[in-house]
Amino acid sequence: MAPPKTLLDKLWDAHVVVPETADAPAVLYVDLHLVHEVTSPQAFTELEARGLSPRRPDRTKATLDHSTPTLPAATDGRLPYASAQSEAQVEALRRNCARHGIELFDLGDARRGIVHVVAPELGLTQPGQTIVCGDSHTSTHGAFGALAFGIGSSEVGHVLATQCLLQRKPRALAITIDGELGPGVGAKDVVLHVIGRIGVNGGTGHVIEFRGSTVRAMSMEQRMTLCNMAIEAGARAGLVAPDATTFAWLAKTPRAPTGEALDEAIAHWRTLASDPDAAFDQEVRIDARGIRPTVTWGTHPGTALAVDQRIPAPADGAETKALAYMQLQAGAHIAGTPVDVVFVGSCTNGRLSDLRDVARVLDGRRVHPRVRMLVVPGSEQVKREAEAEGIDVIVRAAGAEWREPGCSMCIAMNGDLVAPGQLAVSTSNRNFEGRQGPGARTLLASPLTAAASAVAGVVADVRELETAATEAA
Amino acid sequence: MSTAIRHIRSASVVLAQANIDTDRIIPARFLSTTTRTGLGQHAFADWRKRSDGSVDPDFALNRPQNAGRSILIAGRNFGCGSSREHAPWALVDAGLRAVVSSQVADIFRANALKNGLVPVVLDEGTVQDLMRRPDDVLEIDIAAGELRTPAGEAHRFELDAFARTCLLEGVDELGYLLARSPDITRYETRQTPEFRHGF
Ligand code: SF4
Repeated sequence: MAPPKTLLDKLWDAHVVVPETADAPAVLYVDLHLVHEVTSPQAFTELEARGLSPRRPDRTKATLDHSTPTLPAATDGRLPYASAQSEAQVEALRRNCARHGIELFDLGDARRGIVHVVAPELGLTQPGQTIVCGDSHTSTHGAFGALAFGIGSSEVGHVLATQCLLQRKPRALAITIDGELGPGVGAKDVVLHVIGRIGVNGGTGHVIEFRGSTVRAMSMEQRMTLCNMAIEAGARAGLVAPDATTFAWLAKTPRAPTGEALDEAIAHWRTLASDPDAAFDQEVRIDARGIRPTVTWGTHPGTALAVDQRIPAPADGAETKALAYMQLQAGAHIAGTPVDVVFVGSCTNGRLSDLRDVARVLDGRRVHPRVRMLVVPGSEQVKREAEAEGIDVIVRAAGAEWREPGCSMCIAMNGDLVAPGQLAVSTSNRNFEGRQGPGARTLLASPLTAAASAVAGVVADVRELETAATEAA
Repeated sequence: MSTAIRHIRSASVVLAQANIDTDRIIPARFLSTTTRTGLGQHAFADWRKRSDGSVDPDFALNRPQNAGRSILIAGRNFGCGSSREHAPWALVDAGLRAVVSSQVADIFRANALKNGLVPVVLDEGTVQDLMRRPDDVLEIDIAAGELRTPAGEAHRFELDAFARTCLLEGVDELGYLLARSPDITRYETRQTPEFRHGF
């Protein structure tokens, strides 16, 4: 009998073109290569300098997201780019895609959006695939049972030219999460809690497979949030084995197989689970029942704490520095910290279910006068669907800004910035110093916590807001 | 990367903090470039300059005695965060050739090696000890996989065999992959279930 395999083993084995040896890494085939404007220009330049062209333009899909404005075009039709350089990046991708026959979801295209939002919603992301992109949050696609990871620009060039990568097989880490989630607790809280437990380097060298009853009960959106943040634990990728939830999602997408081909695909996808006795290199168990709405206090995602907790005493010099940067006091409650900006969006929490959470909190309420709140749908599709439900109306009526899709304040490359010293509660994935603008202070949170904090004007516990609403009703 | 590197010999610059992320190394606002050159001036931009725009003389890379040093000793989990290759591009452009730390993040390590920036991972105690002696001229011997101090200590570090060959011989990874074209074509004709789906 064949030895039991983990899901990672199965995905890996199916894509080995040349096996690894002590002297050389494996040549690994890439099924789907996603491209965006920031990390690809140098790769195309390199390719052309060598007189090469993409091996599989049909397996390469491009979108514009990082540098694109989230404000509509001016009356003269010009988009408010942050700089001429940003516009040049957009132009370069257009040129490279046109020249090499690569499908591009351009500005104005109903399919455009953040790369890790659009590929799953189009059904390009499918179980069993290998997916790469010059972006670390490529881990998001692992939610479908695909081996998906971020690569650098040189590797973008390698994949363009050969559809392959040189890779050593990562180790497998199982994180089993069991139990029902409490009120006001979602995938973001779970994953922040997990990173708080294992640390920002807890996953280094590993692919994390998220398992357990909590994960099985999660929607695809929630699973994507989970896998998206796997990289923040230092992991190469996140994985969730595909199941009925995955298949139902894919059946509704335009690019997944249909009819008989879908049935055949599903029969294959069902085999994509870790065998019962498969051995992982490391295992962690998490009790989901203990997880409360979770935020961060410091300058990396591992500084997680429940929103009703006090900020811990600094453990070392780096934490002392982080507290000073964040202008927070050890021993103080994190709830009640004054908030200047609330950002809802990104490939972590910019999907329809996230915007529904936000609308649920904002409906009939006002954003606190001190707070600037930006709601940025993850894609054109998310925007359309949200508007069809009237979410934009609720967001605007509450006094928040409803923007065009893109990465926006997650990376603050497109002119959407948090001002120096301001405190932002953000549904994105990184609270690094300056990530949302020089001197910006970022607190990571779920869409529910972000919306509740926008209303309260301070970091707030969404459970209290919802209890108050129930009592008033 | 195609220039061979065998030895790196230099005193060090120390950034003791743990978890120095790629947004620290090269802030996102400098990613709006379509080339890979000239990023060195922006390396650690928000640490090099104070919020009023003036140069912070206390920042390690700004100190005159550190000019020209090519070894960076950094706290644990260096290079965590983004996959931006702009991070090693900036460090190499700023004159750095090696990063010594007790842990280097996965994607950063891969990107660094492609640009001739050598990740030297040593145990935390050794790294702490080296941090206290930044003026020692260290020698990194890539073939031997050793970092040597003037006091005669030799610290072994792990370097993937392929990465070592690439550094020593200036192997061009893309060339290496292109030479596997027949294998790649054979793989494609195998038509695995994943491969069969068009997009
Ligand atoms: S939303 Fe943020 S994390 Fe996601 S792709 Fe854009 S910049 Fe990267």
